[in-house]
Amino acid sequence: MTTVFDEVTTGTKKLTIGQAVNRALHDALATDERVLLQGEDIGALGGVYRVTEGLAARFGSDRVVDAPLGEAGIVGTSIGLAQAGFVPVAEIQFDGFVYPAFDQIVSQLAKMHSRFQGSQQFPVTIRLPYGGGIGSVEHHSESPEAYFAHTAGLKVVTYSNAHDAYWVTRAAIASADPVLLLEPKKHYFVRGEVDFDAPTENPFATVEARPGTDGTLLAWGPQVSTALAAAEAGVEDGYDLQVLDIRGLSPLDMTTIANAVKATGRAVIVHESSTFAGFGAEISAGLMEQAFLSLEAPVQRVGGYHMPYPPSRLEQDYLPSVDRILDAVDETFTY
Amino acid sequence: MMPENAQPDPTDEKVKRLGISLEDYLLPTHGRIQMISESGELLPVDEQGSTPGHEYPMPTTQELLDGYRQLVIGRRVNDQNYALVRQGRMAVYPSSHGQEASEVAAALCLEPRDWLFPTYRDTVAVIARGVDPMEVMTNFRGNWHQGYNPHENNTSVQSTPLTTQLLHAVGMAHAARLRGEEMVVLGMVGDGGTSEGDFHEALNFASVFKLPVIFFVQNNKYAISVPLSRQTAAPSLAHKAVGYGMAGELVDGNDLAALLAVLGRAVKLCREGRGPFLVEADTYRMQSHTNADDATRYREGEEVDEWTKRDPLTRMRTYLKHEGALTEELESEYTSDAETVAASLRDAMGQDAELNPLDLFDHVYTVQTPQLAEQRAQLAEELSRDAHTEHQG
Ligand SMILES: Cc1ncc(C[n+]2csc(CCOP(=O)(O)OP(=O)(O)O)c2C)c(N)n1
Ligand SMILES: [Mg+2]
Repeated sequence: MTTVFDEVTTGTKKLTIGQAVNRALHDALATDERVLLQGEDIGALGGVYRVTEGLAARFGSDRVVDAPLGEAGIVGTSIGLAQAGFVPVAEIQFDGFVYPAFDQIVSQLAKMHSRFQGSQQFPVTIRLPYGGGIGSVEHHSESPEAYFAHTAGLKVVTYSNAHDAYWVTRAAIASADPVLLLEPKKHYFVRGEVDFDAPTENPFATVEARPGTDGTLLAWGPQVSTALAAAEAGVEDGYDLQVLDIRGLSPLDMTTIANAVKATGRAVIVHESSTFAGFGAEISAGLMEQAFLSLEAPVQRVGGYHMPYPPSRLEQDYLPSVDRILDAVDETFTY
Repeated sequence: MMPENAQPDPTDEKVKRLGISLEDYLLPTHGRIQMISESGELLPVDEQGSTPGHEYPMPTTQELLDGYRQLVIGRRVNDQNYALVRQGRMAVYPSSHGQEASEVAAALCLEPRDWLFPTYRDTVAVIARGVDPMEVMTNFRGNWHQGYNPHENNTSVQSTPLTTQLLHAVGMAHAARLRGEEMVVLGMVGDGGTSEGDFHEALNFASVFKLPVIFFVQNNKYAISVPLSRQTAAPSLAHKAVGYGMAGELVDGNDLAALLAVLGRAVKLCREGRGPFLVEADTYRMQSHTNADDATRYREGEEVDEWTKRDPLTRMRTYLKHEGALTEELESEYTSDAETVAASLRDAMGQDAELNPLDLFDHVYTVQTPQLAEQRAQLAEELSRDAHTEHQG
């Protein structure tokens, strides 16, 4: 079934995250004829963020499909395509527009493997640019990971740098289970080295983005860079902070997380969505269960308020910041 | 079977008198309704696209003058906002340049007691409804999500998640029916938006309950980059009506006279309990989707040039001048009205309104939850600490 249309990318290149995703989609299309992209404006326009630029020209409009406008349709027909043996990669244009497809994702896609009693795989990937800080109007800056991580049968993954953007995307497309791929859109234009010859070993695992011994900052996607900046700034305050980059939210690599926090004794979880019933609560509960006796202080969470994502001129008052993270670190030291 | 609560359909009797089948009545007329030609001449009645027995009366000169004034203001608002975005003084603005006739007619066909449900594209319609332009721009400036009180002008919030607003419009129209109020609701949507599932649900619900709602589709040929051919295989979007058992009409969306006539009749029929209606306006998005878009990637300049010739303002100006209705004085009065609006937009967008982040905690719930109260206190403490540091530094 596999036809090689084109050389896949090799060597090492300095690319933006958006370009790395573009290469991942390109290479998946080039090496597996079952792979098919569908979404809104992904063809001639190359996507509103140009992530699919050039792919329709290269692979044709039957493999890079500008779908009629409708998210339920884009995801729902991806399920049918998968049932027929395709490997669909659906793009939803923005985080706030995934909800018309909620039923198709949560009640259909995620449950199909189980409803088919395992006789059929549904290797659908849903690419979802997410997160704030982009100065946009309402519905364009949301972080809906908790809704989806709550859903059994669906993998929910993200990344924070160009190398991982490539390999996490390749792994998502290769996954036999459906994957919701959260793309940190604010960072689409951030550059980094991508080593195309060195596959990330376990792309959905949690990895250490910075070593440290005094406490652990836990973040994912767009907030990893904020956590790294906070760790950097913390040096001045005398803190040696570790940063974990959580790429798989579901399944969650709780072992790596618990071991890291056991070693440092302090944990601050950082995310953009509301802390109330947010994904940080799951990690915090996991730490209570697995690292309680090593904790020097209660787990801290830095995240959004329990409100709609704010208008752009106020978003900096909402988003986690270096100061807020360091305040939370202070809390763990004054306990 | 009639649905419970539904009135007996009064359409049938009237349709019989027209001597056509119900299906023919529901289908759009064979042509597209156009009254003023692209070069600004009044078309003979038999060339206006209507079927015999189904002709539309020409709007009065005063109606056209009032509409033209709004066109002039709308065009100025579009172009001023476009410039303000380019200058970085506003986050984003989806311009309706070229669609002003459709925008204005959507507002002017309604009475104050009626309701309008607009999209992000429909700033000009919202202003023509009487909403303060500065308040409309609050959203695009990034100061707040939505900036006007919907109840002041019976104009709902501008919707960004596509097509969701049509269901709200249907609910409002259902309320009118349940209470026996003679209210008409007009819901706006784009050609792309007709592909969303909500479009189907809205039309079906409205038709099952025979609700006084007009679905006004501005077919500007594109959904960002995706052309109409990817949204439908139907002969027209107006044809979609018949499957729901409602009447549809296709109208030249750049002809203010035809728009006022077609929407005017639809409003009248809705008020008589003979709704709902689907009206498709054949128009064109002259500029990019928003400033973030680059239309040269997916369409030819010649196509845009073709539509420039059909400009709704030029056409109405030529007609009204030729009729002797639009005098030099009126024209300069309208222009100066438009300049006043543009100047206040420039002033308002030139300065940063003082925003209080603590306001974000208002209106999430009717009564603030304990969680929110605690979070608000946290932020207040942070802000006062920052202010203190700034003061010292
Ligand atoms: C549910 C939903 N999906 C996707 C989008 C992103 N989006 C914004 S405008 C647009 C195109 C809409 O086209 P159309 O309905 O024709 O209206 P127009 O912009 O042409 O006025 C898209 C895809 C959205 N706003 N809402
Ligand atoms: Mg459109």
